Amino acid sequence: MKTTTDPRLNSKVPDGPMGDKWSSYKENMKLVNPNNKRKFKVIVIGTGLAGASAAATLAELGYQVDAFTFHDSPRRAHSIAAQGGINAAKNYHGDGDSVHRLFYDTIKGGDFRAREANVHRLAEVSVNIIDQMVAQGVPFAREYGGLLDNRSFGGSQVSRTFYARGQTGQQLLLGAYQQLARQIGLGGVTLYNRMELVDTVLVDGRCAGVVVRDLVTGQLQSHSAHAVVLATGGYGNVFFLSTNAMNCNVTAAWRAHRKGAMFANPCYTQIHPTCIPQSDPTQSKLTLMSESLRNDGRVWVPLAVGDERPPAQIPEAERDYVLERLYPSFGNLAPRDIASRAAKRAVDSGHGVGPLKNGVNLDFAAAIARLGKDVVQERYGNLFEMYERISGENPYDAPMRIYPASHYTMGGLWVDYELQTTIPGLYCAGEANFSDHGANRLGASALMQGLSDGYFVLPYTIGNELAPMLNKPVPGTDHPAFKQAEQDASDRYNGYLNIKGTRSPDHFHRELGQIIWDYCGMERTEQGLEKALSELPGLYEEFQKDLRVTGNGESLNQTLEKAGRVDDFFQLGMLMCRDALERNESCGGHFRVEYQDDEGEAKRDDENFAHVAAWEWSGDPMTSIRNTEELEFEAVHLATRSYK
Amino acid sequence: MTVIDHHPEMPVGAPAAHGKHLTNITLTIWRQSGPDAPGKFESYTIDSISDEASFLEMLDVLNEKLIGENLEAVTFDHDCREGICGTCSLMIDGQAHGPQKGTATCQLHMRKFESNATIVIEPWRATAFPIIKDLMVDRSAFDRIIESGGYITAPTGGAPDANLIPIAKPVSDAAMDSAACIGCGACVAACPNGAANLFTAAKVSHLNLLPQGQAERYSRTEAMVETMEEYFGSCTNHGECESACPKGISIDVIALMNKDYFKSKIKNRRNLDRN
Repeated sequence: MKTTTDPRLNSKVPDGPMGDKWSSYKENMKLVNPNNKRKFKVIVIGTGLAGASAAATLAELGYQVDAFTFHDSPRRAHSIAAQGGINAAKNYHGDGDSVHRLFYDTIKGGDFRAREANVHRLAEVSVNIIDQMVAQGVPFAREYGGLLDNRSFGGSQVSRTFYARGQTGQQLLLGAYQQLARQIGLGGVTLYNRMELVDTVLVDGRCAGVVVRDLVTGQLQSHSAHAVVLATGGYGNVFFLSTNAMNCNVTAAWRAHRKGAMFANPCYTQIHPTCIPQSDPTQSKLTLMSESLRNDGRVWVPLAVGDERPPAQIPEAERDYVLERLYPSFGNLAPRDIASRAAKRAVDSGHGVGPLKNGVNLDFAAAIARLGKDVVQERYGNLFEMYERISGENPYDAPMRIYPASHYTMGGLWVDYELQTTIPGLYCAGEANFSDHGANRLGASALMQGLSDGYFVLPYTIGNELAPMLNKPVPGTDHPAFKQAEQDASDRYNGYLNIKGTRSPDHFHRELGQIIWDYCGMERTEQGLEKALSELPGLYEEFQKDLRVTGNGESLNQTLEKAGRVDDFFQLGMLMCRDALERNESCGGHFRVEYQDDEGEAKRDDENFAHVAAWEWSGDPMTSIRNTEELEFEAVHLATRSYK
Repeated sequence: MTVIDHHPEMPVGAPAAHGKHLTNITLTIWRQSGPDAPGKFESYTIDSISDEASFLEMLDVLNEKLIGENLEAVTFDHDCREGICGTCSLMIDGQAHGPQKGTATCQLHMRKFESNATIVIEPWRATAFPIIKDLMVDRSAFDRIIESGGYITAPTGGAPDANLIPIAKPVSDAAMDSAACIGCGACVAACPNGAANLFTAAKVSHLNLLPQGQAERYSRTEAMVETMEEYFGSCTNHGECESACPKGISIDVIALMNKDYFKSKIKNRRNLDRN
């Protein structure tokens, strides 16, 4: 049974051969005269890689831009924590890389569940991103001759990852932040810090603006614009314990979803294989160790169940190098979903290491012997230090212990080729949209996508939308729709304060996260998902009846902020489980135990599920409506993903 | 006085704590309800906490307990908890980010403390960083410095191929050392004068060292230094900033900045003369 595409999910992919689509789009799009650009206002929510780069570039072009961040400064966005690198098809090392190969690797890495044309465009502009960031002064790693260095990453057989020590995300974000700061200084961008989106406002079916909450004063404000961009990141914190920053949340995307933006593939979440295992019950956050460590680190567990000897005392013959054994051609660089499941199975079968037996070894002894300690330190020094600070153990002497954790979400607001959601005038960029990574994201591709969307895609596609609106008035913030949205938000936040129950937002978040992790985490089953869906509405009802938020709504109140975010995570959590239950196949990060081959690998069902599931809000996440966009593959053949 | 015996809500399936526990920790915390409100220290007791817990996780535990007692949680800035976003900002026993060298508050763990300790927790104290609430301050003045010149003008789309600008590895590495600044403000908090020279010089030297940064080198330096002086105190070479910096940024960058600032006064005037 082939599904059909819902007419509202028209991807608007341009005609023509795959390699020509983006240039043909740019040649045919409508333009706004430079002198007229200042007549348009664009709101950008979020100032991470996608938001900062979009806001800076749009302002540079001449649009009036209002940028909002809930942080104290745009430089804090969680893009900053990306460690390993950014991919680009530069082929600087002559190892056979090309735009097509990066495109193909990304489609295959995503287990053939991404839209081809968007991914091809991403691969095309990847090369411009590196040029742009170098021009801005990003200190990428260099060879002694002064040219740029590259490293390898999971899911690829070429070296195409550019990096700045283990702080690539930081350096790229600061680059984008500095461009944004320049525009703020020049007056092209007005920055609103410590402000959180609490609603999007629609007038006659078009996005007319937003309502934000000033976190310092608790006041609600309306802002109107010709177009709104949500660049608000992913929803990995639905698991409570994740590698996301503490304040990452789904609220902006979710509030837009409730106003009509369809939410695509919420069950596609990425569990990253190399995180530091949980060490104590008060832990609130997990820390990622860059995937780049798998270039030189070897994953192993003791062959014997319950082997308690220190790692150095376990002879080679009594070790199982899990990834090298199972995936000889990619070895320790197998993609994230595959490496994560291998670690989970090793731990579940009793081979786990560490005091809680909840990790696997990532061993650098061979690399130190081969390259010397200095080279290893040069490559990973800051990561080793970070590990030691957190675990109290020195990875030069003993292997690191790692275990998978929630890290990234491929699902997000549905967008077309122009990155426009199903609400006209509302755009979504970066991790917050669903567009480029299919069911699994390859390492070093998140930074690439954020910057691609912000620097090289939105500035074109927004112009195409705005051109016909020249000199036509847009609704102002005095429109009743804004007043209504302010009232709704005010009721909502006062509501949390007035429940006066007994349990904190964090209490509920932990319980929610545990259910999602147990039943909608690394491995999912029909039975487990049904159990989650039977438990979640009850827990959500308790949240609505027994929540306790202390303090007031008129000054900075982090407990109140958290309450709003947990509320939205509950609703999203239900939708995630429903999406996972309906998708009767395994693909990428969505692994349904019922659908695996004899060797335990994900078994896709291209006949019935080669589509995007885009959920439509119906007033209750338990009854949301599932619509589909059929994925057409012209440039690549659907194949079983193999990394053996 | 609040007594905390254990984490109030331990989720099902969470690992049992292992390793050591610290007991009877007294926290003396600055509480201030708003920017203009008077503040004061309040004391709380943590009865027992795992030495694996991070410092901020200990504050999470405290806050859960406070909410349990219908009291308002302690406000503090934090986000990534990986030592990279620069959001966390606590003065712990008079030391910016606490006792562990080269470590932001979020990466400080309780194993660095002893049982029966009294720990004093304050916000950054500097005129340029007004308190918003409790332990949270406003560091927007840092953004104003960057906005005045902390960038390389490179409009999107016009960049040449990245490998057209070879950069000697030692130069690139030195720029990276400076660029590692996380903008947390510990340098300002540690400085007896509340000066932001280390922060400003880290950005100035990152950009001024690179070939891409040469075109705007002197205009950048002049603008950033003078914006800095509008908000912050003056540097008198105490060196407290360097020892408080969680990223180990060397005070040498201040010398680089001073040199370029001095030159800028001539270079920028010469440029004017040429016009």
